[in-house]
Amino acid sequence: MTATARAEPPVPSFLGAMIAVIRKDLRLEWRTREVFTATLVFAALVLLTMNFSFEPGQHAVEDMAAGLLWVAFVFAGMLGFSRSLLAEKEGGCLDALYLSPADPGAIFLGKVASNVIFLAVTEAAVLPLFAVLFNYPLGRAFPGVIVAIGLGSVGFVAAGTLFAAISTQMRVREVMLPLLLLPVSVPVLIASVRVTQTALAGHALSGALAWIGLLVLCDALFLVAGMLLFGYVLED
Amino acid sequence: MTETGSKVQDRMDLILSRLRTVAAPLAGLGLLLAAAAILRAPEEEAQGIVQKIFYAHVASAVSSYLSFFITCAASVLYLWKRDRAWDFLALASAEVGVVFCSAVLVSGPFWGKPIWGTWWTWDARLTSTLILWLVYVGYLLLRPFAGEGERGARFAAVVGIVGFVNIPLIHFSVKWLRTLHPKPIVLNAQGPQLPPEMMTTLYITLGAFTLLAITFIAVRAEIERLRDLASAMRRHATKGEAR
Repeated sequence: MTATARAEPPVPSFLGAMIAVIRKDLRLEWRTREVFTATLVFAALVLLTMNFSFEPGQHAVEDMAAGLLWVAFVFAGMLGFSRSLLAEKEGGCLDALYLSPADPGAIFLGKVASNVIFLAVTEAAVLPLFAVLFNYPLGRAFPGVIVAIGLGSVGFVAAGTLFAAISTQMRVREVMLPLLLLPVSVPVLIASVRVTQTALAGHALSGALAWIGLLVLCDALFLVAGMLLFGYVLED
Repeated sequence: MTETGSKVQDRMDLILSRLRTVAAPLAGLGLLLAAAAILRAPEEEAQGIVQKIFYAHVASAVSSYLSFFITCAASVLYLWKRDRAWDFLALASAEVGVVFCSAVLVSGPFWGKPIWGTWWTWDARLTSTLILWLVYVGYLLLRPFAGEGERGARFAAVVGIVGFVNIPLIHFSVKWLRTLHPKPIVLNAQGPQLPPEMMTTLYITLGAFTLLAITFIAVRAEIERLRDLASAMRRHATKGEAR
């Protein structure tokens, strides 16, 4: 994959292409703040909706915390992926990316990295919001929670970026992304919720080693699958 | 441009048509045999007659996994060789797989209600089968929306591959989830403890259902090829009119 021929126009290195995509996405987001605003407001609305639909007491919140958080992340994330790839499609950038001499795998990893950054920013804002709205002390569990959410987000974003690249090129894009993404990301979500739960309960993460292993496996699988298949999604 | 069949298409047509002529009657015969064997098989002491759902249930599950495997393999071959023949095979297998997977999901509760006392329980195998079904229903829903032709085939192939590679992850995540939180009712590993008559019945049913799946796939792939040909001809005709 990395053995690209050195032709006349300088072919960007794998890492160079990846970083270029990340820089472009971050700059675009910095100027518009489109994805972040939309996903954050959406995540807050998900938390609000769940509060009203379940009206969980203090005890229930302790059981449900990890699940509530991940539901908010999942829906906010899906919104973000659509937005991030739609922005590419609107200006014909998807075709341009495909025509560029960069490795499609590098483009994919760049998109995943910027989507992970966007989701992480949203998550960082949702966590304190959750702690305040549901009166849930996060303090002592913090490092573990970050590891759990970080590991889970990578796999979910990788699958989401690949499927969003497919769904944005279709007529019914809003419908297609959740239909494709949710069943496939069940393992990531189960494992993420388990690890997050362990961390939130204040236990050491070594107690959820099997789940962490599964999460790492999911992350690796979706990253590799995306790198190999992203080129097929772009071409047109 | 799609009118002229490729070499792969020609060879696959030959194989599929032979399969249709050979597998179809064998599947019919096998189903009759299986029905007879299931009728004659001894009745399970505790469960009674409902236990006999087991044969068709397990055979459907095996056929659906086989079909999904063919979908994955054909999807890889499509992306590699870019021959629509592989795409037709992938789509046909996915559809047949969903049919058999639906049969698993529907036949299960008819056994579960009298034996477990509930139509549905979030047991590991039930859950992972349902997720698997949803993955491939998503694959089938994608097809009409992605449009006919090469692009839809490409998108579907990506989903077909990711969906299949994901199966072990679904399996383990759901299994561990339920093992950590055991339910009062757990599926018994009945397989190896079956008496020989029941084992034979299961084997016959398995063979018959596998042949049935192969027949379905062979017929469905042919239908898809003809459908594609028809729409290509229609496009060609309207283009001619426009000129």
